[in-house]
Amino acid sequence: MEAWMAVVVGALFSVSIYLMLSKHIIRILIGAAILGNAVNLLIFTNGRLTREVPPIIGVDESVLSAQAANPLPQALVLTAIVIAFSFFAFLLVLGYRAYQELGSDNTDEMRVAEPVDDQTPPLGY
Amino acid sequence: MAGSSEALIDLTPAMNLEPVPLLDWLIIAPVAWCILVGTVLLMMRKNTAQQHYVAIPAMGVQVLITAALLSQIVINGPTTMVMGRWLPPFGIAFTVDMLGAVLAFIAAIVALACTIYGVKDVNSSGRRYGFYSFFFLLMAGVSGAFLTGDIFNLYVWFEVLLIASFGLLILGSEKGQLDGATKYAFLNLVATTLFLIATAYLYGIFGTLNMADIALKIAQSDGTLPLNTVAGLFVLAFIMKAAAFPVNFWLPASYHTPRVVISALFAGLLTKVGVYAILRIYTMLFSLQREALEPTVNIDALSFVVAIVACLTMILGAIGALAQTNVRRLLGFLVVSGIGVMLMGVAIGTEAALGGTVFYALHSILVMTALYIAAGMAAKLCGGAEDMTKIRGIYQKNTLLAAITLMLFFAVAGLPPFSGFWPKLMLVKASIEGAPWWAPFSILLTGFLSTIAVGRVWALSYWKPVDDDAKNSPHDANANNALGASEFVPLIGLTIIVVGVGLFPQTVFEIAYQAAEQLVNPTAYIESVFGSEVVE
Repeated sequence: MEAWMAVVVGALFSVSIYLMLSKHIIRILIGAAILGNAVNLLIFTNGRLTREVPPIIGVDESVLSAQAANPLPQALVLTAIVIAFSFFAFLLVLGYRAYQELGSDNTDEMRVAEPVDDQTPPLGY
Repeated sequence: MAGSSEALIDLTPAMNLEPVPLLDWLIIAPVAWCILVGTVLLMMRKNTAQQHYVAIPAMGVQVLITAALLSQIVINGPTTMVMGRWLPPFGIAFTVDMLGAVLAFIAAIVALACTIYGVKDVNSSGRRYGFYSFFFLLMAGVSGAFLTGDIFNLYVWFEVLLIASFGLLILGSEKGQLDGATKYAFLNLVATTLFLIATAYLYGIFGTLNMADIALKIAQSDGTLPLNTVAGLFVLAFIMKAAAFPVNFWLPASYHTPRVVISALFAGLLTKVGVYAILRIYTMLFSLQREALEPTVNIDALSFVVAIVACLTMILGAIGALAQTNVRRLLGFLVVSGIGVMLMGVAIGTEAALGGTVFYALHSILVMTALYIAAGMAAKLCGGAEDMTKIRGIYQKNTLLAAITLMLFFAVAGLPPFSGFWPKLMLVKASIEGAPWWAPFSILLTGFLSTIAVGRVWALSYWKPVDDDAKNSPHDANANNALGASEFVPLIGLTIIVVGVGLFPQTVFEIAYQAAEQLVNPTAYIESVFGSEVVE
């Protein structure tokens, strides 16, 4: 199960990196969203994937049995999901506003902060 | 049934049953205070005229809190507070050592200067959209990152400061800001995601997120753990945050776009959080392994890569600064160049080198913030122009500002007797002892190139007199009255610290070396988390 999940996570990573290499903001956005999900799955897989063993500590035990899934990565994933979600929401609005103001979602054409015709500094006093 | 099973459980191995000592609350106080004040300022966001009456005293209190914390750490050594009464490694630990405490203190001083400068620099619409609230939340994130002892918690503080910095960066929604913020936001998001991936692997290897616990487990391991892979991921994530070459391009693209006070704060603090994280993670993963601390030219593969990155960062940053006409962009490249100098100390990894890095970080926080403030004031004297060819005759217009800027330029270039000289001296000395020849060479070359870059700005924009026809241009007429106390007080305050550290470096030397010593030998750090019986 974990091996298959590793393949899925790897596929998601490669898809997201491919998308983020694009020049268009909208593709980079989708790539960022997929990247967040890939990381969440990675952490989730880290904590052992199983449904056969319920996470219950028996009367004469003091820790969970070794086969049960580790709940801590799941807690980490919850935090990471919330953060990734809010960041994605912000980036979506930022990308849209940039598109409105700059008239393009091509990062090659977004040259307001770093103008193409930038002068070189004067060479004499 | 429930009652009887509860009685069977012995809580002492897992929970702290005694109340937290009062002084330990100081550890969490900088973060809690910033969040509290940020919330209060959010509630009064419509009273734009009154906000700074709350913000400035509150930041003053933050300076006092961090000063008290620093003095506690100087007296008692590293101190730990664990959240929710859980004993480490179960609870989230805030562990403060000398490095975290002194950085939090300097960060608070710089933030106080920026709060004062922001009174005039941010208009009422900027305040209504939450300038001061974001400012305090950013400070909460920065302080939290400096003080926490838990890796996932460090990630969370990174995100807190990142989202607050997004808010500050786009305050005003001008075209250039949206453009710069897009690049800043995407690249920083990728960097924090890489950080999260590395954290996941680290948890997969060790089953714990507490930094002291991880350092202990590495010390007890047989040396077969894939530490280099994890450390490589962490380093990639953090050099992206710290804006080191080849992942530095977001910084010069964005730092000149927002208001001056915001870029001053960012240039001072945000990249240094990345450097701090590298210092912390690197020494946590490798310190107890590196038994032999004698200076040696044979550094390991990852450190070699970091050293190359450091060299390229500092030289390309200085060359980039040479090519700029916009003064704030030029300063952005100087920030990048300084990051390279700090990374060199991390790569060498001896106590002397790490001490130099810590000293340089402190110097860089103060000087970069002061320089951005000074550049903003010079631009104000020239009607808002930021171009080197348009800022003219500052020496004629305001001699004090020109003199202060010259001191800061000397400091950033690393000339004596200002604060930039001593850490560069320490790093050059350490790199002659512990690194190949090109390491000290590139530090010295960087100093030379930055001197040319800032010297040219001073000669052209400050020293050169204004032409007669330009003198009568309309915006120069009332320019002399444009600067007031809210601009000069933070600038002069920061400059006094810069000059003072340059003239009397002994205290900072001792603090930096103590911080480096605690990084190289984290026994005291681990003991403060687990008690003295764990480490023998």
